[in-house]
Amino acid sequence: MNIEARNLSVDYTLRLTNEPLAALKDVSFSVESGKFVCLIGASGCGKTTLLNVAAGLVAPSAGKLLLDGEPINGPGRDRAMVFQSAALLPWRTVFGNVMYGLEIQGYPSREAKQIVSELIDLVGLSGFEESFPRELSGGMQQRVNLARALATQPKLLLMDEPFASLDAQMREYMQGEIERIWQQTRQTTLFVTHSINEAAFLADEIIVMTSRPGRIKTIVQVDLPRPRALEIKKNPQFHAIEDYLRDLLDQEFREMMGQGIFQGD
Amino acid sequence: MKNNIHSPARDRLLAALTGITFIALWEILPASGLINPFFTSSPSRVYVAAKWLFANGFWNDIYVSLTQFTLGMLLAMVVGIVLGLLLGWYKTLNAMFEPFVTMLNAMPRVALLPIIILWLGIGMESKIAAVFLGAFLPIIITVMKGVRTVDENLLKCARSFGANDAQMFLTLAVPSSLPFIVAGLHIAVGRGLVGVVIGELLASQAGVGHMMAKASATFQIDKVFVGVLFLAVFGYLLTELLKLIEKQFEKWRPQ
Repeated sequence: MNIEARNLSVDYTLRLTNEPLAALKDVSFSVESGKFVCLIGASGCGKTTLLNVAAGLVAPSAGKLLLDGEPINGPGRDRAMVFQSAALLPWRTVFGNVMYGLEIQGYPSREAKQIVSELIDLVGLSGFEESFPRELSGGMQQRVNLARALATQPKLLLMDEPFASLDAQMREYMQGEIERIWQQTRQTTLFVTHSINEAAFLADEIIVMTSRPGRIKTIVQVDLPRPRALEIKKNPQFHAIEDYLRDLLDQEFREMMGQGIFQGD
Repeated sequence: MKNNIHSPARDRLLAALTGITFIALWEILPASGLINPFFTSSPSRVYVAAKWLFANGFWNDIYVSLTQFTLGMLLAMVVGIVLGLLLGWYKTLNAMFEPFVTMLNAMPRVALLPIIILWLGIGMESKIAAVFLGAFLPIIITVMKGVRTVDENLLKCARSFGANDAQMFLTLAVPSSLPFIVAGLHIAVGRGLVGVVIGELLASQAGVGHMMAKASATFQIDKVFVGVLFLAVFGYLLTELLKLIEKQFEKWRPQ
């Protein structure tokens, strides 16, 4: 699915003071179908807002976001979102949770069960079909979350810092899993993260955003060959990309705070 | 550091000991002449009275009370659960009715009984209404609370899949309020029993409370105690039954 943002702006009204807050300002970019795109930037730079607009959960205040040339009109079956909190239905088993999106979208039961079994297999949760979320680790819960989104076979997969609450080791492991799964599905993916390392490993393109109001600072192409194994993180080429991103974000940080982290002035 | 030993078997044994001690004291103290059994009765007297009552129409009293209680509770459950779900989910309905639910819940509803008796008479209908009035408010209030505690993240997830309002209600609000419904029933059982007994004490032609009022008016304390014990055991059994149902939620409920 092609994504095109044209002068997209989103304003929120602060609940307490009733003041408007610009979350996104004049954002324009385009993403080709089948790309894995990471959105990176400091907290409050509007990454999640952009994702919510794409999901149809937030309406733009100005400009537009086009999906395959069509403006967004609410949530749709062609998109699915993986949330930061696993947001699993606690009273449903793994199987029931992965089934949830299909059920909402009215898939015939037999077809849905087939898809669910395949996806549970794909995310490596075979044997846990009848487990309840409370019995699973954080990493496993996020696999269910991912499988639930993939089950509806979206043309655009939206992921909002899905590994933010995992420990460092599990996080790296899950990055490898995402790469493995994405090799099979090849869906256009928008992935929000604030980890430079994560973005460099997963992305074809990295959209670097500025802090409030969120604007696009630059878009970085990552030319590392695919499929990628986690070993690639030890590669000098990978380090060069990381360093480049780190400098970009540090520059941004300096503009915001009057001082950089790596080059104080 | 001392480890507390907690085993269900030990707990049951302790409870049994307390019960047996109480029954023994209740028997011994009046028999020894320390207190007057005319007012306190005693287990053996209660036993004799119970035997007599069961041979002389107590079954009918039980049947009448249970029917009133069951019908009133069923009505309270249906109305309480349906209204609770709707008032919890739809903000407009909530704004329209919530203050009145709170008001009804805060007022002593026994005060309505004289009106109910005037409207419905002294037969079963007024007692069914009394049970309903006692039981439906705790249910509606807990269910409303249950619906409102639906996880915001789950709602967002459902919305992202394109779920409509009815789907979110059925797949999220209803299942997440189930434990709250059972918690509401816990309170409702007690309130419903109060309703049926007070209704029967005030004005009735039959029922456990009716029997107790009659026995009390003629100083037959033993029979009054039979009624008290029956109600205590009945309430206890219902509560235990609800605990069994509550166990069903434990397998998925996050700690």
